[in-house]
Amino acid sequence: MVDCLTGAALAARDDAVARLRALFAEEGYVALEPRHLLDADVLLDLYGEDIRTRAFIFPEPVTAGELCLRPDFTVPVAMAHGDGGWNRRAAYAYAGPVFRLQDRSGRPIEYLQAGIERYGDADRGAADAAVLALTLRGLEALGCGAHKVSTGDTGIFLALIDALEMPARRKAALRRHFWRPARFKALIEGFTAAAPEPGAQRRALLAAAAEGPEALDALAADGREVLGARGLEEVAARAEALAAAADEPRMPAEQAALIEAVLSVHGPSGEALARLRELTAAAGLDLLPALERFEVRLDALNRIGIDAEELPFDARFGRMLEYYDGFVFEIEALRPGLPPLAGGGRYDRMTRRLGAAEPVPAIGAMIRPEVALAAAGEG
Amino acid sequence: MSALVLGLPSKGRLQADTIAWFAARGIEIAPSARSREYRAEARGAEGLAVVMLSAGEIPGELAAGRIHLGVTGEDLIRERVAFRGRDVRLAAPMGFGHADLVVAVPDFWVDVETMADLDEVCAAFRARHGRSLRIATKYHNLTRSFFRARGVADYRIVDSQGATEAAPKNRMAEAIVDITSSGATLRANHLRVLEDGLILRSEATLCVSGEAVWTDALRRSYAALAAQLGLDADPPEEPGIRPPRAPATPPALPAEGPQA
Repeated sequence: MVDCLTGAALAARDDAVARLRALFAEEGYVALEPRHLLDADVLLDLYGEDIRTRAFIFPEPVTAGELCLRPDFTVPVAMAHGDGGWNRRAAYAYAGPVFRLQDRSGRPIEYLQAGIERYGDADRGAADAAVLALTLRGLEALGCGAHKVSTGDTGIFLALIDALEMPARRKAALRRHFWRPARFKALIEGFTAAAPEPGAQRRALLAAAAEGPEALDALAADGREVLGARGLEEVAARAEALAAAADEPRMPAEQAALIEAVLSVHGPSGEALARLRELTAAAGLDLLPALERFEVRLDALNRIGIDAEELPFDARFGRMLEYYDGFVFEIEALRPGLPPLAGGGRYDRMTRRLGAAEPVPAIGAMIRPEVALAAAGEG
Repeated sequence: MSALVLGLPSKGRLQADTIAWFAARGIEIAPSARSREYRAEARGAEGLAVVMLSAGEIPGELAAGRIHLGVTGEDLIRERVAFRGRDVRLAAPMGFGHADLVVAVPDFWVDVETMADLDEVCAAFRARHGRSLRIATKYHNLTRSFFRARGVADYRIVDSQGATEAAPKNRMAEAIVDITSSGATLRANHLRVLEDGLILRSEATLCVSGEAVWTDALRRSYAALAAQLGLDADPPEEPGIRPPRAPATPPALPAEGPQA
């Protein structure tokens, strides 16, 4: 099958991309064109092995390394920004094809994205609002006015875990697995239940940890060879952490209930913010910076002329998109069956994984011009 | 093509056991007198043609629909076929060629007994070494889906096509995923299987390709063969139409496809 765009359809697509490029340029975003082929190592390091089921990764015969056809623009644009120094304000625009591995769902393996990324905005709430507003204007420019917006803010969950009183190891586990809801649920259940009676091996380990480093080394090296890059001292360090954790109290049921209640908040943004304030105040928690940022964002949206109070909010939204750590949004056509028209989010933490010394304010969004045209054609 | 084509392992223990399995069900398979021909005669079944293939090629031939039936390890089918949502059905476990696919770590990791421990170790390893903990295996897809299902993140797969159990000693990886039958090789290499580290109990399996062309005549041949072999399996329907998803009787492979 030759899938080839010609004539009026091609002209319409090129025109849509050109309109978005013009809009972004007019707003001061600098055009940037990353390569199609990326070093797969960077993406594997960032997203883990699972990226292989979503992106085209293949051997590079000369260096014996691997290449990846870009699955999106965020990582290459962020890296290009980092190359010029992380700590500066910048705003970029891009447009071009991205490539996604698909099963037999019939979803396209190659499609266009046109989007923006901005870095270094000290006023995160205002930058969040600006990016959503510009995305909406982009859709409007393509004649795609009627749509449904979903928003969330994964930063609120992260702030909640920071604020709650619980052992550091527990916090780390919850933060780490927030993105995997089934595992997260199992963790909470484990923390609230009575600790299971340890088996023989675990009892021996805890006893050795109580005795001291020599006992631990003796236990681990007893007739066994030390293999691989994880050394004896790492085994000992974790044994000590496990011994410390064995004395930790269970997670109080109220704490588990509060986490569940915060994650269950959904509805119009204005009401959601009020509910989050109520919940955290009742628990005596200081979530001020995260909630303030929510409020600043709503104010900024209101000033731009978007009815922010009514914008749908769901605290769980964005949970499947690891590395988003703040405002997230997605825009869908009213007609079901189409892929999302647009989406975006904040990913400050990811900049550190890519090389920034400290997380740099970073947010981006993309529009899928082909989907927008399909949706506009319907309406 | 008028015959029902069965792919048979071309040599070794797996071939001998397969021939014995068919013989016990009244089908005599005799490799061609000219042993280089890679064909075999099948007596006792109507319209069955046998081709000899290297055991490692059989999953790919089933997935491509170039053979209707094939005998291979369930591990290889799940590793190479299920990944892309190809329609290959496990029609009958054959009771030989047993092997377990397991996650094994260095025995001196006395702090690691479960997959949850391994996950914590992955996080600590990255924090300390600035890179992901490495798992050596040739079963990339099965490893990935098992680790995902167990919520293990932050690891990297290192390809290992042989002597995988030596990878930690050679500093190629920290842990492995590999096939074991008795566990002796793992123990000899100072490795230990995690308590909940069993990914798959595999054995030789007769598989049916839903990707092959199925004419009415072929479906009749298959129904007769299935009855003779005692298979509780309908022949694939809708010749040539993809994806032919209809018959649910043979256990379908899980939909472990890539996400959107």
